[in-house]
Amino acid sequence: MEGAENAFKVRLSIRTALGDKAYAWDTNEEYLFKAMVAFSMRKVANREKTEISHVLLCNVTQRVSFWFVVTDPSEKHTLPAVEVQEAIRMNRNRINNAFFLNDQTLEFLKIPSTLIPPTDPPVPIWIIIFGVIFCIVIVAIILLILSGIRQRRRKDKGPSEVDDTEDKCENTITIENGIPCDPLDTKGGHVNDAFMTEDERLTPL
Amino acid sequence: MMGRGLREPDHSKELRTRHTGPTSSQRDRGAALYLAISGAFPAAVARRGGARRHPFTSLAPPTGAPLTRLAIKKRASGSDAGHPRPSRTGRGAWRPRSKAAERGARAGASSAAMEKARPLWDNPLQFVFACISYAVGLGNVWRFPYLCQMYGGGSFLVPYLIMLIVEGMPLLYLELAVGQRMRQGSIGAWRTISPYLSGVGVASVVVSFFLSMYYNVINAWGFWYLFHSFQDPLPWSVCPLNGNRTGYDEECEAASSTQYFWYRKTLNISPSIQENGVVQWEPALCLILAWLLVYLCILRGTESTGKVVYFTASLPYCVLFIYLIRGLTLHGATNGLAYMFTPKMEQLANPKAWINAATQIFFSLGLGFGSLIAFASYNEPSNNCQKHAIIVSLINSSTSIFASIVTFSIYGFKATFNYETCLNKVILLLTNSFDLEDGFVTASNLEQVKGYLASAYPSKYSEVFLQMKNCSLESELSTAVQGTGLAFIVYSEAIKNMEVSQLWSVLYFFMLLMLGMGSMLGNTAAILTPLTDSKVISSRLPKEAISGLLCLVSCAIGMVFTMESGNYWFDIFNDYAATLSLLLIVLVETLAVCYLYGLRRFESDLKAMTGRTLNWYWKIMWAGVSPLLIISLFVFYLSDYILSEALQYQAWDASQGQLVTKNYPPHALAVIGLLVASSIMCIPLVALGMFIMRRLRRADTASVA
Repeated sequence: MEGAENAFKVRLSIRTALGDKAYAWDTNEEYLFKAMVAFSMRKVANREKTEISHVLLCNVTQRVSFWFVVTDPSEKHTLPAVEVQEAIRMNRNRINNAFFLNDQTLEFLKIPSTLIPPTDPPVPIWIIIFGVIFCIVIVAIILLILSGIRQRRRKDKGPSEVDDTEDKCENTITIENGIPCDPLDTKGGHVNDAFMTEDERLTPL
Repeated sequence: MMGRGLREPDHSKELRTRHTGPTSSQRDRGAALYLAISGAFPAAVARRGGARRHPFTSLAPPTGAPLTRLAIKKRASGSDAGHPRPSRTGRGAWRPRSKAAERGARAGASSAAMEKARPLWDNPLQFVFACISYAVGLGNVWRFPYLCQMYGGGSFLVPYLIMLIVEGMPLLYLELAVGQRMRQGSIGAWRTISPYLSGVGVASVVVSFFLSMYYNVINAWGFWYLFHSFQDPLPWSVCPLNGNRTGYDEECEAASSTQYFWYRKTLNISPSIQENGVVQWEPALCLILAWLLVYLCILRGTESTGKVVYFTASLPYCVLFIYLIRGLTLHGATNGLAYMFTPKMEQLANPKAWINAATQIFFSLGLGFGSLIAFASYNEPSNNCQKHAIIVSLINSSTSIFASIVTFSIYGFKATFNYETCLNKVILLLTNSFDLEDGFVTASNLEQVKGYLASAYPSKYSEVFLQMKNCSLESELSTAVQGTGLAFIVYSEAIKNMEVSQLWSVLYFFMLLMLGMGSMLGNTAAILTPLTDSKVISSRLPKEAISGLLCLVSCAIGMVFTMESGNYWFDIFNDYAATLSLLLIVLVETLAVCYLYGLRRFESDLKAMTGRTLNWYWKIMWAGVSPLLIISLFVFYLSDYILSEALQYQAWDASQGQLVTKNYPPHALAVIGLLVASSIMCIPLVALGMFIMRRLRRADTASVA
């Protein structure tokens, strides 16, 4: 049967999948396998009458690998590979679960498994996080700019208010004994002599 | 404490009856406050005859009230301003002061106002953190481990530390000292040293501008990966399916899932630099966010920057420490560490090791961009910048070494993981081909089994042998990667294999973002400080608007890097925008300070400023050793560029799933030439411009007189 037209090779890696909890592969497990294949075939139209006895196994190796075919009720012909493939693909998940294995550890060579596509949430998650951080940054920028403008306006008002009150007393000159009193020349602010001397000393060429 | 606490004693009551009273002083104060907040820092130099003057009095008076009031007062009193008389005290009755005294008073007042007007760091710690945050950047994480691996592991530390002491510390101290002394951004500082040298400052600003344009794209990629880290499973750990869902996408199969995610999902890279493609909206959004974040941090100048650098300087260390613990406990980490730290002493004889050590120290500290000058200009003049220079350079280098320990433990983990995966594949192959019992062949008895099979089934074994990959831990470890490849491919590959990979991924990319942001703050400070120092610009626009404009322009140009060929342009900027120009800039800086300005004069300035004498070590380094080193580096790189036949780049081939080497097309070569020339040419062009302007002015005054 090996390599026959409608035969499929199966390979199990029980120890890789289950480690210490690995079960031994014996005839009972083979019976279960035949049952699962028969079950899969029964789900196909026109093949509801498939029995466990129609599934034939051979060449069981120590690897745990073997070949199987499914015959029709007359047991003369084997079912076409396409049908068997279709049936197994539809029920792959249940077959895997019966043996506590998955697509990689229970391999049907020549039957590609349908891979589960990764679930895509309707809105990509990264946009949500991006939106949150974006809004926070924008709000912070606006707050800082506004507080800067407010500070500037307060300072603007500050010197101008000071200006108004000072302008009134500006033109009063204290006169004592007929001489204008201006001991401190405060025109340019408080003049520190140290600065001036420094300037004089270090004026370059 | 000059410049601090715009508080003057409140003389208002006492002086209200005086002639001018407190008006001008309070207005001074008010004007100074106003100017400080609106960012109008008056310009560096008032041209009043004479190239060089004492910087503290060379500052032009603030535009605004005091000057006009002074003028009005003088006219009102009918004094003859045209006859300067040598009255220097300005005391006594109302009489005109001499021009010198007047200038002194005005300058004294204005310099007092200037010292008040320039913002300062709240405390020296902020300054140190700012420098650390700027210097410790992505290069410490992704370049130093590569160099260490390439040039002899543990023995690379020898040239590295020697170069640190001989080149890094002196040049860093020089830049900090210049900034602290001149108290202006790079353009103003170099103009103060000599007006012909303001081209050096301009070149620094140009290079910083190029850098900020492309550097923030790395932060954008960091954001992209960070946002994608919140998924389970991590998007770069699985390949997407192909059309009919029977297998994985072919490009992903040929490469690996992490490479696929980087080249296809993040960059959507085109096969060559000629095919530009369109702007990818996802990286573009991340780039906009990155620039908004930078704007938020630099909005208020040192006030905001000073607070932000507390985080950007310290958080990466926390994450690195966590990663160190995690890395050392990973399976296979010791393989990587042993591989890295085993010294290969013969590499010490390799001149490339020394050149790369010098280059790494040079660029890692960020010399020549003007950022260090900008940061130091916000210091108080009495700040001990020598101590800070030593601290910053030591911390920078030890961070490199620390980061490379973490990187190599991760490397070791990744290499071991790949090696074991490879072994498992071989085992599976043998088990399937010979129908051996599942679990019979293990890593330990693999060789024996192979021997047995070779003897028992020679023909079949030779067939199978062709399909078997030769697994070698050594070859996995020796794949040295640097740059974005290390950060985004190798690290993410290692992370996806860890438990709770989302947590490690978030931590890692958050650290990358902190490092990148810290360096960006320094870059933008280098550009903004000269702009806000200049009277022309800062009198028209407030500080917020200038920063906003800068971010907007850089963001708009940075969209180029989000196109499909963007990564190739990024590599061009990364390799050529800053390398040669910086070497030249720093060389001119060192020679200018030592020989044009005068080392003795600079020494006395520093002594007057900080109160400490300059150690002879610094003098020798500045005057002799460092310039020679930089000249030799410059000559080496120049000859390297000239001798190499054609400039090439790595392009991603989607069908093969790997990088291939291609030549740059002519327009890319033109851009490279333009990048290098535009910054270097600033120095001679501005000097020439100044010279011509002086000649014209001298001709004018000569013709007038």
